[in-house]
Amino acid sequence: MAGIQVEALHAWYGRDLILKQVDLVFPGKAITAVIGPSGCGKSTLLRCLNRMHELVPGARVAGRVVLNETDIYHYGVNPVEIRRRVGMVFQNPNIFPTMTIFQNVGVGLALAGRQRYRHRQLETRVVKSLQQVGLWEEVKDRLHRTATGLSAGQLQRLCIARTLAVEPEVLLMDEPCSALDPIAAIRIEELMRELKASYTIILVTHNMQQAARVADFTAFISRGELIEYGSTPEVFLRPRDLRTERYITGTGG
Amino acid sequence: MAVKQQRQKMRRPCIDPGDGVLQGLAILSALGLLLLVFLIGLQIWRAAGPSLTRFGWSFIFSRTWDPVAGVFGALPYIYGTLITTLLGLILAAPLSLGAAIFLAELAPRPLRTVLGFLVDMLAAIPSIVYGLWGNFVLAPWLLRFLEPWLGQHFGWLPLFQGPMYGTGILAAAIILAIMISPLVTAISREVLALVPTGQREALQALGATPWEVVRVAVLPSARTGIIGAFTLGLGKALGETMAVTLVIGNRPEISWSLFAPAHTMTSVIINEFAEAITSLHVAALIHIALLLFLVTLLVNILARLLIYRMERGGKDGMMHEL
Repeated sequence: MAGIQVEALHAWYGRDLILKQVDLVFPGKAITAVIGPSGCGKSTLLRCLNRMHELVPGARVAGRVVLNETDIYHYGVNPVEIRRRVGMVFQNPNIFPTMTIFQNVGVGLALAGRQRYRHRQLETRVVKSLQQVGLWEEVKDRLHRTATGLSAGQLQRLCIARTLAVEPEVLLMDEPCSALDPIAAIRIEELMRELKASYTIILVTHNMQQAARVADFTAFISRGELIEYGSTPEVFLRPRDLRTERYITGTGG
Repeated sequence: MAVKQQRQKMRRPCIDPGDGVLQGLAILSALGLLLLVFLIGLQIWRAAGPSLTRFGWSFIFSRTWDPVAGVFGALPYIYGTLITTLLGLILAAPLSLGAAIFLAELAPRPLRTVLGFLVDMLAAIPSIVYGLWGNFVLAPWLLRFLEPWLGQHFGWLPLFQGPMYGTGILAAAIILAIMISPLVTAISREVLALVPTGQREALQALGATPWEVVRVAVLPSARTGIIGAFTLGLGKALGETMAVTLVIGNRPEISWSLFAPAHTMTSVIINEFAEAITSLHVAALIHIALLLFLVTLLVNILARLLIYRMERGGKDGMMHEL
């Protein structure tokens, strides 16, 4: 089963230990939700999976993260290469304001180190990505204009299309709906369900209902430690740990 | 009065009378500044009167500058100012942009602080010091090494032909480049630092190299601000007087050669103003000041237009590889 295995992962910001001894398997072609109180380290965990964590000055990682039998932290592995295989969607739809919709989706393909795309191929991939996120019909007449005027939900789907365009194996989503209204959020959730047929999706969320609705598996993290991990119904209906139960029922982290 | 107050209240609800006072003061300050500029312009206009009526438009196009015969033309000075400023900007552009990118994006954090401080220090050196350094160090060096080298390898260009003096257009352009670089670097660095982290992370997450992040995500967002920084540098270069006067050679000639001495609008004013005896001579110098005022204004307007056009046109022109 393809996916990501995390083995004895530790992460630091400066001297602060953010993640302690996390052992976890994110199964392939499924959605795993990572939940936990603010500051518990769930975003850090996500950013360790595509080596974004180390971009912050003073950040450090120890342990193994195995993607398709390669430890992404192994000496000699190029982090840039890893980030092409593990895509990431952020909390705020961070499109490039100076680029057109088309360029926003195609930008990852135009970066160096990839095969040079001929215009036709590029166009095909951009169109396909926009169709995948259900944005094609909405933007096909304005591809070569900037994205200003799109709604927040549309922008977030544009960001997902941009990530899909480079054909990653894994999709990391860091609270992708928290800046969206409920209807736009539901739309993204539907999209996640469609995408899990082809991608490994890891979703960090504050929204317990969202985790319950879309995730196949759920991991609960508190104070940098993995407290509980299991199938979503198991974690939500029969939590083994008291801390999980208290967090889920809203009676304290 | 009461009615007026009522209208004021309806237009903008003032919770505190202090708000109204502040608003009034702010408007007054802004208007006062405009008035000041207008008065300066008017004063220069009036003082240049004799020269304006005598020479009119031909003042701009004439090359003759003969205080004894009382014939004045400003073309060599206008040329000198424009060519040294343009060359200075061309020389300063890669230097300042490179330094700003290094300081804002690539340098390790402790180095940023130290280097940033040093760059700011450079901006604080008085221009007379730059001028003396240019006269005693830069110009002799140019004469002994750079100019012969340029003449030897690029002598087929008219730009690098003719007798060498050390002091001249090239020396002035280099001094100007050195003087405006710290300013342009410091502002560009601030502008680059203002680009949101989300923009960088978005591209990093797509597998971009550090250079690609700068080129594709950071520079386009910061473009307007960087052009603004260069506009400020431009203004500084146009008005720079002391340093240029000391290295340009002070001869009102128009020559293709960058080795040739020249004169700028500011340097002729500072050189001749104290010795100008006839009232026409004085008026001609003030006429040049008026032209400098207008040239500066014009160049700034052009720079604004450029920003405006890039803002609108840049959206289609970006990323040609796509």
